[in-house]
Amino acid sequence: MADPKISIRHLYKIFGATPKRALEHVKAGMGKSELLETHHHVLGLRDINVDMQPGEITVIMGLSGSGKSTLIRHLNRLIDPTDGEVIVNGENIMDYSEAKLRRLRRENMSMVFQKFALLPHRTVLENAATPLIVEGARPRDYEAEATKWLDRVGLEGQGGQYPHQLSGGMQQRVGIARALTSNSDIMLMDEAFSALDPLIRTDMQDLLIELQRELAKTIVFITHDLDEALKLADHLVILKDGEVIQQGEPQHILMHPNDPYIVDFISDINRARVLRARTVMEKTSADPGGLAGTVAPDATLESVIAKSQGDTTLSYRVARDGEQVGVLSMREVVKALVPTDAAEGGLRRAS
Amino acid sequence: MATYDWVFDTLGLRDWCEGAGGDAAPLSMADLIGQSGGGTPDRSIWDLPFPSMDALNDACEAFPQSREVTRGLEQGFLDVKDALSYVLDPVTQPLSWALEYALLAFQATPWWVMIPLLAIVIWFVSRSAGLVAFVAGSLAALAFIDYYDYAMQTLAVITVCALICVLLGVPIGIAMSRSDKLQNAMIPVLDMLQTLPPFVYLIPLIFLFSVTEPKLYGIAIILYAIVPVVRLTNLGIRLVDKEVIEAADAFGMTKRQKLYGVQIPLALPNIMAGVNQTIMMSLAMVVIASLVSAPGLGVLVLRGIRNLELGVGLVSGLGIVLLAVILDRSTKAALARVNAAQKH
Repeated sequence: MADPKISIRHLYKIFGATPKRALEHVKAGMGKSELLETHHHVLGLRDINVDMQPGEITVIMGLSGSGKSTLIRHLNRLIDPTDGEVIVNGENIMDYSEAKLRRLRRENMSMVFQKFALLPHRTVLENAATPLIVEGARPRDYEAEATKWLDRVGLEGQGGQYPHQLSGGMQQRVGIARALTSNSDIMLMDEAFSALDPLIRTDMQDLLIELQRELAKTIVFITHDLDEALKLADHLVILKDGEVIQQGEPQHILMHPNDPYIVDFISDINRARVLRARTVMEKTSADPGGLAGTVAPDATLESVIAKSQGDTTLSYRVARDGEQVGVLSMREVVKALVPTDAAEGGLRRAS
Repeated sequence: MATYDWVFDTLGLRDWCEGAGGDAAPLSMADLIGQSGGGTPDRSIWDLPFPSMDALNDACEAFPQSREVTRGLEQGFLDVKDALSYVLDPVTQPLSWALEYALLAFQATPWWVMIPLLAIVIWFVSRSAGLVAFVAGSLAALAFIDYYDYAMQTLAVITVCALICVLLGVPIGIAMSRSDKLQNAMIPVLDMLQTLPPFVYLIPLIFLFSVTEPKLYGIAIILYAIVPVVRLTNLGIRLVDKEVIEAADAFGMTKRQKLYGVQIPLALPNIMAGVNQTIMMSLAMVVIASLVSAPGLGVLVLRGIRNLELGVGLVSGLGIVLLAVILDRSTKAALARVNAAQKH
């Protein structure tokens, strides 16, 4: 695999008066509640190690208080860690000077916020052009570029409006356009869709997937919504109480959860819609004979069940670009719909 | 014998008390009453005096009386006064000039230029025809009863003082919003400036500057009126949405870009509210400052009080109300326009 675009190494964050001293206790193994009780420091993040590959969407998921928003703010140093490294493009950004950090934020990273964080006194066009205006561009320089991205996110002709004249979904489109205008290769999205209502949220997820197919940026996406995480993630990181409890390919996590917490988490989702044929199939290039048809590796189980009309005796060939990669039997499909119990097979380490 | 003799006796300070000779201190009113009462009064526990400086002085004449405190303060002030005015005089001289020129300009401009000019200014800040009509009407009414000149003097003084308040107050407020330490240091000072009775400002100022100089009342007005603009600038910048500030940082804005592009524009409604309060307070102070030769409607109010000219006092008082309403409505209209432009 290529070098990771962003690499987080042994990252710790402790909130309090003397975090350095508290860090020693944490490294010696003290837990979050004990630290709060005996030393009055809050453990934000403990020993985070995540690699984020270029061109992938890395989703960091966790409930509120799990430290996910704190974590994403370490990537552009809106928050400084107590200990550890964040390596972007091979350089440890903790060593950066203020000017160099500003360069990084202007050129390499852009950010989308939960509550949009648009500038209310500037027009939609000016908001979208913020990254260029920060660089000192004049209106005639930024207008074309900002308009291009506004059009791309579906806001044709809205440039002259003020943010408060737009709906929440449209405001977040401006937020995304603003992030895209910077032409950075990394996009940080902090619960970007959480404040939107469900239908608009689905629209925005589709928009993001579509943009990503076209632009192949490195996206770090924070969410507390598992469905959203599974829909978007190439790499899923699950945080709990400031610790990574499992990370890996989302399909893999679904089939092999290594913690009761994750089992709880995934017990409510519609597995048929999330699991893919490639996850459940038996990898083989041999033809067992008697196959009922061909399905794509990324076909959801739901679509396979629909195709089989509910007949559990059938098997399908799974083929990518006409070449067989496996065989999917409907029995396995039905079995996969039963939630996995982490305790059953013992704790299996993922990735 | 005084109540607290035993204190000095037990401490063995009696010699020091006697040695001082003691009759240097002037008699206080309490002493005189005590003397006229004759002899030592019967003291029960209910009459036990607090061991105050005067009570201790009764017991020991070398101990200073409480009036020494105020007198010491006065002496101390007089001692540093020359040095202080040596520094303050040149520093504040531009204020005198500004006030003089403003007074001159406001009065030299003929009424048929001034009233339309003000109407145009009001139109540009408020875009409200009703307000413009009200302002023009009020000024015409004041002019009709020959109070125009006084009103213009008051307006000139307020214009200069409020402008200086904003020029000084906004940067102070910005500095406070950036540093908690400075904020903690400034808040007691602002509290004091705001609660100190306005007359009290005048006392040390009279010592420092000559009463004929405009800067005397200029400083008094500025000290009194600067508080709200400082407070509300500080508050306004601190209240700017944290996420917007984060966004500004995340897109690599410099501190300066953040201040002028984000913080000040978003704090503007609060800053404008502060400016409105500052103008109102300088109007209140300009009346009191007429005691130290501030020109304008306040002088007429003072004349009303001094000579018991009821009509003059009331009419000029109403004139001040009218000015206050004009200034308040114009700044509020400007504030409303700022608010409308950046609704969330």
